[in-house]
Amino acid sequence: MVATYVDVPEVVRQSLSGKGRDRKGTIFAWALLIGLLLSLLVLAVLLWDVIADSLPVWAQRTIGNFLGSQLSANPDVAGIWQAFYGSLLLMVFVVVFAVPTGVASAIYLEEYATDNRFSRFINAIIRNLAGVPSIVYGLLGLALFVKLLGSLTGPEVEGRSLISGGLTLAVLVLPIVIITTAEALRAVPNAIREGAYGVGATRFQTIRHHVLPVAAPGILTGSILSIARAFGEAAPLLLVGGITTFFQSGADSTFLDVLQGRFSAMPVLVFSWARLPQEGFRALTAALIVVMLIVLFLVNFTAVYLRNRYEKSV
Amino acid sequence: MTVESSEIARTLGGDRRRQRREIIWRLFFLGAAATSIVITIAIILSLVGEAWVFISNVDLSSLWEIGWFPRRGMFDIRTLVVGTLLVAGIAMLVATPLGLGSAMYLSEYARPRVRRILKPALEILAGIPSVVLGYFALTFITPGVLKTIFGNEVAGFNLLAAGIGVGILTVPLVASIAEDSMRAVPIALREASYGLGASRMNTSVRVVFPAAISGIVAALIIGLSRAIGETMVVAIASGATGGSLFSLNVLQPGQTMTAAMAALAIGSDQVRGDDYAFQSLFFVGLLLFLFTLVLNVISERFVRRVRQRY
Repeated sequence: MVATYVDVPEVVRQSLSGKGRDRKGTIFAWALLIGLLLSLLVLAVLLWDVIADSLPVWAQRTIGNFLGSQLSANPDVAGIWQAFYGSLLLMVFVVVFAVPTGVASAIYLEEYATDNRFSRFINAIIRNLAGVPSIVYGLLGLALFVKLLGSLTGPEVEGRSLISGGLTLAVLVLPIVIITTAEALRAVPNAIREGAYGVGATRFQTIRHHVLPVAAPGILTGSILSIARAFGEAAPLLLVGGITTFFQSGADSTFLDVLQGRFSAMPVLVFSWARLPQEGFRALTAALIVVMLIVLFLVNFTAVYLRNRYEKSV
Repeated sequence: MTVESSEIARTLGGDRRRQRREIIWRLFFLGAAATSIVITIAIILSLVGEAWVFISNVDLSSLWEIGWFPRRGMFDIRTLVVGTLLVAGIAMLVATPLGLGSAMYLSEYARPRVRRILKPALEILAGIPSVVLGYFALTFITPGVLKTIFGNEVAGFNLLAAGIGVGILTVPLVASIAEDSMRAVPIALREASYGLGASRMNTSVRVVFPAAISGIVAALIIGLSRAIGETMVVAIASGATGGSLFSLNVLQPGQTMTAAMAALAIGSDQVRGDDYAFQSLFFVGLLLFLFTLVLNVISERFVRRVRQRY
């Protein structure tokens, strides 16, 4: 019998560097990367598709003309004025109602509440609210702001008013504001609070003068991102009566009339235009989406900019 | 002694006005925190109230018809539930490999510099409004992708495109939660694995993945919950405004619970009086609420397990 020669160092080297497994490992790494790149590719194709579809509109009209024209069933003259204005006013509702309530709520949970059954209960409820589908908030708005409080929110339009839409969106993003604010508050070092208590500050003074300024960038970013979320929501607005056909409040209407009147919003308009069969509306829908994405980009850019600026000064 | 220390506490607390102001602020913040409870109660009351009107007035056999045609008094819940499961299933077929693959790449393979570019890019995808993905599914996925694969069997409005669209929307969510849980795995576990001679792939798949499994399961459940609750992609891309017949064919128009509600709501001015179509909205909404609630509670359990271990 001939002893088979085994190059021991070579075998060890191979098994350590794992020649056979290496190829599998490389393929695996590439597969993971492709999964990630595929998602980003979809994003790129989406942006390209929307921009390419919208080109016919920009060839004929300026962005000012498109923004400033009224809703219409005729694709050649249809604009997005009511939807654009409606979306802006809806965001005002989110800023006025959801942000203060959310921040105050997070302050209670992070700065006042001890770890007892009540605070754990509220925390669980907030996390569950954040997971409720947006259309269910639409049902809440429909039952509460449209039907029950209709005589206050929109007496002329059976409650299907801008107020109802704005309040519904405010309720929708409230849990997101609370969660992001709570995170920002948790990130504030305890030494800052202890320092304030040490010189005799009360709990509120500590929060007002020491904790909030440090947490402000995080709170601001979270709030702005919540607004961006509300800006893109269509489903709840469909339920509380966002409309997409031509409508106009009287020329002499007051601001309250506008708030209590019918409303439209950009995502709702996307929904309704995307389903129209006329070819002209396809380009209009794409143009509308481009405007929406530009607004979203500006909002996010503002968030990042403000965060960077404030973080330096603190 | 006790008298003295309470005396000190009183002095330190400041004068009465100062203390009163503190209490008022505390109550103010408590009140704000309580709004979440009020909202939850309001949601449950409004859903249950109208759903109860629906259930107690409508003929129960109409919940088991040949299709969902609320304006003709046919409230087949099967159509909606099956449609929802089909769309959510397709969405998870898209979101699971892409989401977990992205998560594992970002957490285990990507160098910090690559990560700093790729992660924000994925977050942009998370910020795209769902109506935009609906438009994309309708004008690109169906005519551009599905028509080339399936030919003319594909209808212009179909559930498959809607499911893919919802899946794309779910990818960043799944990826970010799964990545967080993989990064939470202590580096010592990886070092131990390398020390035994394991390759990076074996370490990722056999050490990090099992260690992060609760977070990964939570990511998938939250993704599923999101997919079930997603409205606008389906409402735009899957057609079926008035109603739809029971069907398992994903290449044809169909209806999910959410899209059915959106479709019904657009015309709810006209249907308010007749046949409890208006109330059926709330019945479907209640079902949807319960589905997602159960999923969220389960995912919460898994998330808590991650927190306990590390």
